[in-house]
Amino acid sequence: MSALLLIEQALNGLQYGVMLFVMAAGLTLVFGVMGLINLAHGSLYMVGAFACAAVAAATGSFWLGLAASLAAAAAAGALVELTVIRRLYARDHLDQVLATFALILVFSEGTRWLFGSFPLYLDIPAGLSGPVTLPGGLDYPLYRLVLIGIGLAIAGGLFWLIGHTRLGIRIRAGEADREMIAALGVDISRLYTAVFALGAALAGLAGALVGALQSVQVGMGEPVLILAFVVIVIGGIGSIKGAFVGALLVGMTDTLGRFLLPAAFGHIMDPSSATSVGAALASMLIYILMAGVLVVRPGGLYGRA
Amino acid sequence: MIREGLLNTLLMLGLLAVPLIAQAMGEPFVITLATKVAILALAGVGLNVALGLGGMVSLGHAAFFGIGGYAMGILAAPVQAYEPLMTWPIEVPGTKSMPVIWAAAMAAGALAALAIGALSLRTAGVYFIMITLAFGQMLFYFAISWPAYGGEDGLSIYVRNGFPGLNTLDPIQFFALAFGLLALALLFAHLLARSRFGLALQGARQNPARVAALGIRPYTLRLTAFVISGAITALAGALFADLNRFVSPAMLSWQTSGEIMVFVILGGVGRLFGPVAGAALFILLEHWLGGVSDYWKLFLGLILLAIVLFARGGMIGALAGRQVAHD
Repeated sequence: MSALLLIEQALNGLQYGVMLFVMAAGLTLVFGVMGLINLAHGSLYMVGAFACAAVAAATGSFWLGLAASLAAAAAAGALVELTVIRRLYARDHLDQVLATFALILVFSEGTRWLFGSFPLYLDIPAGLSGPVTLPGGLDYPLYRLVLIGIGLAIAGGLFWLIGHTRLGIRIRAGEADREMIAALGVDISRLYTAVFALGAALAGLAGALVGALQSVQVGMGEPVLILAFVVIVIGGIGSIKGAFVGALLVGMTDTLGRFLLPAAFGHIMDPSSATSVGAALASMLIYILMAGVLVVRPGGLYGRA
Repeated sequence: MIREGLLNTLLMLGLLAVPLIAQAMGEPFVITLATKVAILALAGVGLNVALGLGGMVSLGHAAFFGIGGYAMGILAAPVQAYEPLMTWPIEVPGTKSMPVIWAAAMAAGALAALAIGALSLRTAGVYFIMITLAFGQMLFYFAISWPAYGGEDGLSIYVRNGFPGLNTLDPIQFFALAFGLLALALLFAHLLARSRFGLALQGARQNPARVAALGIRPYTLRLTAFVISGAITALAGALFADLNRFVSPAMLSWQTSGEIMVFVILGGVGRLFGPVAGAALFILLEHWLGGVSDYWKLFLGLILLAIVLFARGGMIGALAGRQVAHD
């Protein structure tokens, strides 16, 4: 195997990781601030992808579609927060799991009703399709590089938002002591709606961006949701920094595992069984990583527990 | 308001009566539906040991359900191919005998629950939910990518496995088996809840610090309950695979975990017969709403949402009223 191929796979892992971060950031914020476990986060990812595909098909502009994905996911998030989620903050985790599981059914079947069961296709915008040649002679798809850039920019923006703005101060204060900041005159329910809509918008954006690489279909959100769970469990629930480190770890481990393990097993067994054993093990690798992290640090890498 | 005991009796009599009437009217499909209710209720009874008694919100019980299903497939498939199950180190033949398959399924489910539980129970609350979910997914992806047992296509068996003295191909006799196992599991769960172990487990759910102060480790209690729960759910999985004569990774998918949890909740958490009521309601809704609209899960979602938000005792709670301790 060549070094170029390895670098290409590492870049794929990075791209996968930053997109997972965009997805996981909202989940970890919502848990950190409101103490809510939201299974329907994957549905917001799906809403973003469908909004982008529908608007891009109608107007011909990917960028309008992207704006639509942000708006649709934020609106869906705010709506869900106002009607359902808000009643769940005081409930136990079991009720939260069930109610958000019910929301998944509603979102998935509602989307199937509106758009049908067939996948939609979302094209990469013309200006971003095709490869670019990186220093060292590697041809790499420009769109994936742009995704890495967008993901890193969002990560930077979130660190700035949480660390250096008034909203960020309120979010951190809400995590620490919600009664206290309510007593200080912050409208806590508006803050919660805003945080939930922000997380939803990020999930929708991730859905739209990744939807251009894969197909846009009902049920696309749940595998990503579960990976996002793995990410925030590894990183420590509630920690943006943990989500970032966890997302990169998961993205890299998964991509490089799928690439390297079959080859590594090829040294000790015949090629066909090496491929199947390697692939089977690679698909379990991130969960093994998660179990390993939990054995050493039950609260995750940056968790408080 | 009806007393809960009377309601439970009516529920079980109803589940027994429907297939008998269907048998008399020559409607084998209805018998199959009732069998499905009994099997899914059994899975729910298994989850309820962890969820209702132990307070462990496991979103990964599809792992045990699927392991039970695969235990059936792996043991029974070699027989129809006239091959041994394994040749090394000793030759072991496959089997078509249900009792052997059930024992293997429960042992495999218990072992998996021991491994998953030992790691997951190091954590609590929302971490536990996510980790059980993630372990379930791990097995799901493993089943998809491991080609020896059918991979994504799953395993089919042509003829339902046998039980000594019964003709399991006859729907009503297979129903009797499933119903008998469900009744046994309910009896076991009832005795378990009243045993010293069960009382300590419920104590550990309500106040782990006190239980620890009494000299009992909550971790050991929970792990034991989790293993029992996994074994019962695996037994249900083996029966479910036998009902369909087919096992596939779909049994391991996280939607299955969610649905098993839905049975428990629809019926009422912490109610012994909750899973029976929940599974019956689920199958009724599936058939009633499924006939009305292809998008019946949309309505299921709305009903479930309404139950969680407004009727927290589930079906049995709504009918029988009296609150039970759960948290």
